[in-house]
Amino acid sequence: MKSKSYNGQVIPINRDNVDTDLIIPKQYLKSIKKSGFGPFLFDSLRYNDTATLDSNDEREENSEFILNREPFRKGNILVSKSNFGCGSSREHAVWAIQNYGIDVVIAESFADIFSRNSFKNGLLLITLESQTINEIIDSSLSSNSYILDVNLAEDKILLPNDKTITFSISRSYKDRIINELDDIELTLRNKDQIKNYENQMKLSKPWLFNNE
Amino acid sequence: MKQTLYDKIWNDHCILDNDDHSSLIYIDRHLIHEVTSPQAFDGLEIKNRDIWNKKSIMATTDHNVPTINRDQGITDPVSKIQIEALRENCKKHNIELYDLDNLKQGIVHVIGPELGMTQPGMTIVCGDSHTSTHGALASLSFGIGTSDVEHVLATQCLNLTKEKNFNIEVNGVLHPYITSKDLILYIIGSIGTSGGTGYTIEYTGETISNLSIESRMTICNMTIEAGAKSGLMAFDEKTHDYLKDREFLPSSKHYDDALKYWETLISDSGVTFDRKEQFNANDIQPQVTWGTSPEMVTSVDECIPSSDSIDNEEEYVDTLAYMGLEPKTEIKSIDLDKIFIGSCTNSRIEDLRQAAEVVEGEKVSSKIKQAIIVPGSGLVKAQAEREGLDKIFTKAGFEWRDPGCSMCLGMNDDFLQPYERCASTSNRNFQGRQGDKGRTHLVSPGMAAVAAIKGHFYNVKDFMNEK
Repeated sequence: MKSKSYNGQVIPINRDNVDTDLIIPKQYLKSIKKSGFGPFLFDSLRYNDTATLDSNDEREENSEFILNREPFRKGNILVSKSNFGCGSSREHAVWAIQNYGIDVVIAESFADIFSRNSFKNGLLLITLESQTINEIIDSSLSSNSYILDVNLAEDKILLPNDKTITFSISRSYKDRIINELDDIELTLRNKDQIKNYENQMKLSKPWLFNNE
Repeated sequence: MKQTLYDKIWNDHCILDNDDHSSLIYIDRHLIHEVTSPQAFDGLEIKNRDIWNKKSIMATTDHNVPTINRDQGITDPVSKIQIEALRENCKKHNIELYDLDNLKQGIVHVIGPELGMTQPGMTIVCGDSHTSTHGALASLSFGIGTSDVEHVLATQCLNLTKEKNFNIEVNGVLHPYITSKDLILYIIGSIGTSGGTGYTIEYTGETISNLSIESRMTICNMTIEAGAKSGLMAFDEKTHDYLKDREFLPSSKHYDDALKYWETLISDSGVTFDRKEQFNANDIQPQVTWGTSPEMVTSVDECIPSSDSIDNEEEYVDTLAYMGLEPKTEIKSIDLDKIFIGSCTNSRIEDLRQAAEVVEGEKVSSKIKQAIIVPGSGLVKAQAEREGLDKIFTKAGFEWRDPGCSMCLGMNDDFLQPYERCASTSNRNFQGRQGDKGRTHLVSPGMAAVAAIKGHFYNVKDFMNEK
C-alpha cells in the first residue's frame, strides 16, 4: 500500500506546454520494459550530450538545468505550468517521471492522454491556479529548500510558510492511487455484460465482426 | 433528444455507466505497433491473461523501421529487439501483422483507412496520439497509453469519461494550393494547443464537405495538437466513395445494412454543442510554424511575431534561441537544411501529388543537404510509382524511401543533426522531436516542396503562378 501523503522538495519547471518528447525523447522509446527511464528524464535539457539505451558512457550534465542543481536534484514534487504532458501518447513519459523518483506533478493544467496514463500508473497529478503555481515556482527558486507536504487523504497541500492549499481530485483517482487497483481485474468483473453487448452487436452490426 | 455525432457513437458503444461518471466503452478496432505494445503484452503474460478478441487487432511495424536498404535488415540492435518483440507477440497470439516484407506495411494511421480496417461508427484505439486521424471516416478514434493497450487487449473495453462536444465550423473556399494542413495549423494557431483539451472536436461546414477524405484525415490527425484526443467528421457521399472496394469492408451480405447505419452518422440538425468556433477558409494563406509548439504559426508572407504579442515572454525568448531565429524575421528569409515529406499527417497519395506538381521539372536547391520523401505505406508507394511521381522526385534530387514514420520523430536513422533546420510535413515541432537540437518548421507538402527548390520558404501559390 502506498502512503497517502507525500513530503518533499519541489522541482520547478517554469514553462507552459512541457511535451512528452521533452520528458522522454524518442531514442529511449525503443525499450521493451517499464523501468530504467529515470536517467533519461528531460534528457535534452539535462545533459549536454546525447545517449542511447545501450550506451554506458558517463553523461555530461548541463549544470544550469534544474534537476542538476541542489536542492532540486533530489526533489519528488514537480511543479510546472499549463498543458503539461502534451503531445505523444507515450506512457514512457509517466514511467520516466516515476522512475526518477517523482511522486507528484502539480501544474495549471494537464494534457488528456498524459492525465490518463498518470492515473493508470498511480502518479498523482494536482491542478492548481496559476497564481498559486507562480508563487510556488518563485519561492522554490529563491529558497535553499522548499518542501511541500501533500496530504491526499484530506486533499490538502501544506506550504513551507504554513499556508494550506486545498485541491480537488476525483474519488476514483484517489482510490486508484491509495489502493493500487488492478483496472483490468475490475473491468473483468463485468465480463458477462461485455459478452452480452458483444453478442447483441453480432446480431445488429455483424459487419463489425467480419474478420472472425 | 438531439445528439451530436460523438454522442451517437459513444451511446452505441456504452456497455454500462460506472458510479464515478465514467462509462465502460466497447472498442471495435485495436491498432498496434512496435513501440507502445511490448510492455502491454508483458503485462498480460505476468497475469496470465488472454486476449479478448484477436481479430479486432491489426499490427504493423512503422515507428522504428528503416526507410532505406531494407534488404540488409534492421541494423540497430535495440530497434531490432523491439521489432522482434512485436513479431513474437503477434505470432504467439495469432495477430495479423503487416511487416516489412508486406506490400501493405506502412504507418498505422495510413494503412488502417487504406485497407478498410477503419470504418464509420467504429471505436478505434491505438497506442499513438495521432489515432485521431481515423475520425475523418466518422469513427471515434483516439490515442491511448500502454496500460490502456493492455486493458483493451484483455477486456476489449476502456472505462472512459465522456468529453464535451466542440464544433469547429469552417466555411468559404480555400485558395488554390492552400491545403487542409494550412487550415488545421491556422486553427491551432487560433485556439491554441490546449484549446481542445477535454473536448471531442467535430469539424463541419462547407469547406470540410468540399475536402477529400485524405485532406480531412490531415485535419483530424492534428486535432491532438489542439489538445483534443479525437476529431470527427460526418459520414457523407465522399466517405462512402472512399470506402468502396477497400479490403476489409463489410461483406456484400451485410453491406446494405452497414451503409444504412453509416448514413445516420451525422450530428442531428440543431443540436447544441458545448463550444463552437467558426473559421473562414478565404482568410487562410500557406502556414509555417516558427517555434517549438504547433500554435506558434503564421502565414508564409508574414514575419515572426514580436514579443508583445506573446503571453509568456521567457518562453518566447527560449523558443527563438532554440530555433536560432530573431524576432520579426521574415518567414521567407529563413534558409533550410533538410526537407521531409511524409508522416501520418501528409504521406498519402494526394500529398505526394501536391508535392510532385510543384517539383516537376525543377531541382532541389544546392543549399539543401537532404530532401526525403517517405510514402505512408507500401500501397501509396506503389501507386505513386505507377503515376511516375517517384521519377519526378528523384530527378529533382529527392530521395525516394520506403514507408514508415521516419523523420517525423526520428526513431530510425532519419533524423536532424544538431541545429539543422527542416521544412517538414509532419505534426510536431517540439524541441528535439526530429533530432537533438533540430529545428522543425511544419508546413504542407506543397510548401515543403517549394522550400526544397528555393532553399528557403516561399509562397507555394506565388511559385505556381510564376511557374
